[in-house]
Amino acid sequence: MLSKKIPIAVCFLFGLFGLVQYFSPHPAAVSAYSTVLDWVQIIFAFTLLVGVVSLLQIQLKHVSRKEKYWGYSIVTIVGILVMAVFGFAGGTERGTAFMWVFDNMQVPMQSTVFAMLAFFVATAAYRGFRLRNVEAGILLAAAIIIMLGRIPIGEMISARIPETAEWILNVPSMSAKRAVLIGIGLGSITTALRVILGIERSYLGRN
Amino acid sequence: MANVALCSDPLSFSVYDTPSDGGGSVTISWQAPVESKSIPIGSFVIFRKMNEEVSWSYLASVKAENGLLEDRTAVDGVNYTYKIVSYASDGASEWVCPYQVASKAQWFDSDRLPVLVGVLVCLLALAGVALLHKKGKPFDIRPIRGLEAVDEAVGRATEMGKPVLFTPGWGGDIQRPTTIAALNILGHVASKTASYRCDLIFPTHDPVIMAAAEEVIHEAYIEAGEADRYKAENVFYTTSSQLGYAAAVDGVITRYKPAAIFLLGTFEGEALILAETGNSIGAMQVAGTDSTIQLSFFMVACDYTLIGEELFAASGYLTGDAKILSSVRAQDFMKILIVVVLLAGAILVTFGMVDFAGWIGKS
Repeated sequence: MLSKKIPIAVCFLFGLFGLVQYFSPHPAAVSAYSTVLDWVQIIFAFTLLVGVVSLLQIQLKHVSRKEKYWGYSIVTIVGILVMAVFGFAGGTERGTAFMWVFDNMQVPMQSTVFAMLAFFVATAAYRGFRLRNVEAGILLAAAIIIMLGRIPIGEMISARIPETAEWILNVPSMSAKRAVLIGIGLGSITTALRVILGIERSYLGRN
Repeated sequence: MANVALCSDPLSFSVYDTPSDGGGSVTISWQAPVESKSIPIGSFVIFRKMNEEVSWSYLASVKAENGLLEDRTAVDGVNYTYKIVSYASDGASEWVCPYQVASKAQWFDSDRLPVLVGVLVCLLALAGVALLHKKGKPFDIRPIRGLEAVDEAVGRATEMGKPVLFTPGWGGDIQRPTTIAALNILGHVASKTASYRCDLIFPTHDPVIMAAAEEVIHEAYIEAGEADRYKAENVFYTTSSQLGYAAAVDGVITRYKPAAIFLLGTFEGEALILAETGNSIGAMQVAGTDSTIQLSFFMVACDYTLIGEELFAASGYLTGDAKILSSVRAQDFMKILIVVVLLAGAILVTFGMVDFAGWIGKS
């Protein structure tokens, strides 16, 4: 029982502290909050170590058992170890081996993944704008107006198109967005209060 | 024409301890006479002296049209006197504040009073609904298709002999309510995968979330009596880099081809990359996030999307816990209250009561 009660009590105390300090500009409250944030960073650093060690263990297990796709595990292990050696031996400043690998391998690979987004947007838009029913038709019409409103040809066709596009974005779209945001805000507040009050315990494992 | 005559006194010259601050600040405010705008006053120069001092120390020079200065070099508890000097081509004129002021740190930020009122209203709504429930007044929650699909998705994966993938996105950390809401759903999904003897893969970008997820999944397997089927290696940290995480999860999706994918948590630019990859392998996808931008991507790429508060209601909806369901109902009451406040604000603004409406808006 204590294994559940202690985390709930800690959560209540720190949750309450977080709530109270938000309303206080006093240096004592600000300093205490800053200390708590430092603790969070320390916990994160330790768990990062746990995370990296766990990742290495899993990948080593894949290789030792020659599981399916074990070749990818070798790439991961080599990547982690090489970057760790470069970082600890030569530092992470500009001009070091660590930064050279980062700039010439990591950055291009990240750019490649990001570039895929353009194609994914195209396929998602194709699926989203298919004329299946009345609602999809309204969505398609709104999308066409907004797309035309954002390019010079839209204004050339009619000055009303950019105006209508702005209206769609600022009135129906914005009101729907705000309704969703109000729901998210209320959901966040009640979830936070449930956690602070110990009503919500699922994140500690099942009851 | 002498400047002194026109600017015989800056209007409303006052000095006071800056309100709602952490101390170390005194505010000096004044309003230059309207005439001064047409007269070439170079600037207002502010001087100050401590209670025992005889000579004045220069503090700052402020443009004539500005009427406010915060002295952030004040030491708490020390009394200061301030004076304003205006310089023009034909001389200077000065005004000394007749009283002394000391800065002090405040314990309560009065600017955040509306937020406090909002929090108290939320607490009252929670307590009120919980009380109603205790008195035996039952209530229902509307069906949420995305949450009803959880069982269907896990069942589908079991039938196909493929794993289930659950990932909480790159944007959140453990402090975020969205992550807590996602972990609540994870507990339910893990219970199902344990009961159905189906593999559950959980890649994440945050080692703290990984630790929490391990606990949630392990406990779910123990509760289902399937502790030996829990695979610790299926809950793993990938990388803290956004696109690195997207690439890692994409890799898992394309290699292991999960039959069901849960994208629940805080997602940013990686949302569509993951959702489209999942879509391309024909996985059944349930998604939900607190980002309105990413929600639109999820809607076109996923089978079910939890919109707005649905993600946060999941815990009560799936477990049937009366206390959590009460809080979900309290959310509905607060929504009604917000609608009333919005209408009241619109009416007040219409009748010119802008200040009060602004205060309500802050709340």
